[in-house]
Amino acid sequence: MRNRLRVLIPVVAVGLVVTACSSGGTPASSQPAQPNTAQPPAAANGEFPRNETLYTSGTQWGPPANMNPIREWDSATGIKGLVYETLFHYDTVNLKLVPWLAESGSWTDDKTYTLKIRQGIKWSDGQPFTAKDVKLTFDLGKMKTIPYHNIWDWLTDIKAVDDTTVTFTFSTPNYQEWDFQLYSRAIVPEHLWGSMTEDQVLNGVNDNPVGTGAYKFVSKDQDRVAYQRRDDWWGKTVLNMDPKPKYIVDIVNSSNEVAMGLLLQKGMDLSNNFLPGAANLVKGNFGISTYYPEPPYMLSANTAWLVPNNTKKPLSDPAFRRALATSIDTKQIVEGVYGNLVKAASPTGLLPQWDQFVDQSVISKYGFAFDTEKAKKMLSDAGYKDTDGDGMVENKDGSKLNLSLIVPSGWTDWMEAIRSISASAKKSGIQITPDFPDYNALVEKRGKGDFDLVINNERQLSNSPWTYYDYVFNMPVNKIQNTVNFARYENEKGWKLVQELDNTKTDDVAGMKSKLSQIEEIFLEDLPVIPLWYNGLWAQVSSGVWKNWPTGVGDTPKTPAVMWRNWMELGGFETLTTLQPAGT
Amino acid sequence: MRRYFGRKLLIYGLTFFVAVTINWMIPRFMPGDPVASMLARANVTQPAAYEAMRSYYTGLFGLDQPIWQQYLNFWGRLLRGDFGTSIYLFPTPVSTVIKGAVPYSIGLVMPSVLLSWVVGNWAGAIAARRKVLDNTALPIGYVLTAMPHMWLGVLMAWGFGVILGWLPIAGGYSFSMRPSLTWAFAWDLVVHWFLPFLSLFLIALGGWAIGMRNMIIYELESDYSNYLSALGAPQRLIRRYAFRNAVLPQITGLALQLGVIVAGALVTEIVFSYPGLGSLILNAIKNKDFFLIQGAFLFIVLGVLIANFIIDIVYVVVDPRTRAGMVAGT
Repeated sequence: MRNRLRVLIPVVAVGLVVTACSSGGTPASSQPAQPNTAQPPAAANGEFPRNETLYTSGTQWGPPANMNPIREWDSATGIKGLVYETLFHYDTVNLKLVPWLAESGSWTDDKTYTLKIRQGIKWSDGQPFTAKDVKLTFDLGKMKTIPYHNIWDWLTDIKAVDDTTVTFTFSTPNYQEWDFQLYSRAIVPEHLWGSMTEDQVLNGVNDNPVGTGAYKFVSKDQDRVAYQRRDDWWGKTVLNMDPKPKYIVDIVNSSNEVAMGLLLQKGMDLSNNFLPGAANLVKGNFGISTYYPEPPYMLSANTAWLVPNNTKKPLSDPAFRRALATSIDTKQIVEGVYGNLVKAASPTGLLPQWDQFVDQSVISKYGFAFDTEKAKKMLSDAGYKDTDGDGMVENKDGSKLNLSLIVPSGWTDWMEAIRSISASAKKSGIQITPDFPDYNALVEKRGKGDFDLVINNERQLSNSPWTYYDYVFNMPVNKIQNTVNFARYENEKGWKLVQELDNTKTDDVAGMKSKLSQIEEIFLEDLPVIPLWYNGLWAQVSSGVWKNWPTGVGDTPKTPAVMWRNWMELGGFETLTTLQPAGT
Repeated sequence: MRRYFGRKLLIYGLTFFVAVTINWMIPRFMPGDPVASMLARANVTQPAAYEAMRSYYTGLFGLDQPIWQQYLNFWGRLLRGDFGTSIYLFPTPVSTVIKGAVPYSIGLVMPSVLLSWVVGNWAGAIAARRKVLDNTALPIGYVLTAMPHMWLGVLMAWGFGVILGWLPIAGGYSFSMRPSLTWAFAWDLVVHWFLPFLSLFLIALGGWAIGMRNMIIYELESDYSNYLSALGAPQRLIRRYAFRNAVLPQITGLALQLGVIVAGALVTEIVFSYPGLGSLILNAIKNKDFFLIQGAFLFIVLGVLIANFIIDIVYVVVDPRTRAGMVAGT
């Protein structure tokens, strides 16, 4: 018996250790993960009534880490758009800037932009919104580590002339890029952000965001973030807009199965996930719809490019790149891999929204289309021949030609797509081996230029095709290419034209067209990157609780239904204001 | 006895040291640079800004120091209870991230491990005595134990969640709720917990039942059982002795199984998007978040070691021979 009691001593000891470990504020399992912030006013009895709440998903890939609008790449969904707002929005249907926090803005001379902001707007803490806030937001860009630091390469001065007027003076007026900045920068309050250090601005969690937006942050947890409508939002009277959902809960992406299950259970209203086989959901009687009821089902959001490494042989040879482009059966990818959820891209790569800027005469002269026989001929004309009789062409020096094509492991649609590319290129005699490295490994290889071929869709729909050609032609090529010109393509003339396009006023459509037509000619002649298909603006909506979703047919709103980063300003927010409760 | 526990503690200490060191090493030998991928997400275009951010973050995470210095820093901070800042969930401290996830993981693993062990042993013991039960329990046990966690999880989510609509398929609690101390919220937690729990429970159950059934049959055929039965002892008594002997290897098995169960829980949590450590670890590895990987695995290592230690103690309590050995030793 004595022994029996003695053995209990370690048991007690372990118990103490365990409690000691857990006493450090670990919540009991019945009370998980309180948001570690001071609680903002809660929703009534801690619940979000189903008929007043919009459930969305498809943006966040991990727990909402911060509420910092400067960290556009990893702040919680909706921080920019719902809580913080921009000076303008961009209307993707009528292709024009829509004044938002700004009342108007214009170029008073070639190098000065004068902005009038709206009066009477208040931050959520009651302070008035003034020109100083605008000045501060752009001034923050002077800090080296702030993502929009580069505007200060061509912007020289900002003045808050009075409470409602701001003037911007430029050394080089990049008109196209400036419009992009106008609807991309979330304006932050001067009275809170003005005194912050660089470290606080860049790395702050911003637990208690104070914005001008229509929603305020309520709570977050590992798998969600929730917002509540501000009934005193300025836009209600000024813009005559009324976002219908009282609450918005954005759910962190987990897997396609879960997203699809939640949609089917009517637990989710808007899924911006890519769901394979979404066509079947739309056709079946599940109450789920997409923008178009038939192919391509979705609006186009960005272009998927095949990026060849222009510094490696034989990909450095434009003739080879053109033959490669001709050898790829994009139709097979669109139909076989995506089941018609996407559209094949124009040879220029420009999105359908930019059709007016595509010079058809240039395409008919230099464009390419899938044609195995032609590709074979182009290869042999350019000096790539099958010398060892294995059916595959060799390098010009006779050595084996085997290109590797990479996409991130786990991106199943792209993985299937590159298998298809490999198979179709093989028919023309080009050996391509698909490979699926881990995403981070791929990013590193892509940045360093340590690859043969990679698929990329970095740039989204924007106010100007300039963003696309900046992506293709941007120079100089650095040791690490982080967001643009992964192909490491160098063409002085092309880059100069892209800069000239940037310096063309946005209302000078004829001027833009003439620059674009020259750029398109260089692009198609050299084909530094090969446009393949347009990735969709994935949006599956359920009309169980909310109706009047945007569609391409009939008298419905035409704005995109989307919560993705940087898309709230492209119509995502407007969609919230045109929704209607299904019960009415 | 002091020597027995002293030796055990020494072994646990060593195991802890080695496991934590390996935890520290493995992510650092994976290809890819965490700061580079963080910046790639940040869409930094300008080379100057990129360099500024890169050197800033590399310094912030202490990744610019020589590797041995990083290792020493790691232990130094660990002993002060500082796990560092998550790279992937920047700027949240790792301890906050883990604190939010651990209650869910414990709440899932503990009941499923213990209940499946108890129920499995009980079912196995009964099955060993009845032909009919044996013929049904054994195949079912084999099927359950061979079932991959992910597969059973998906099947159950589809069956009970999507087809029948009885239970939710994702999350730790309803997306329409906020944590509060109410019965409604507690019930919501239970409803969300049930499917992941059940899938873990069922898979573990089969193995325990089969093990117990085999052990009981072996014990019933051993010399002491035959001797007792020759002496005319009642069957009940013999079975009770057989059970006590048969349960010993099962206890050892429980200790061995713990590591495996943690891995199973990981997969189950991912299938049900349960906000425990599972999905966190997966994302941390994907994003090469050194500090979060270290923190999460440290917790798992600690958990497994503590559980093993408890089982060592339990073993001493239930098996008189261990105690006899200890007395003779001292």
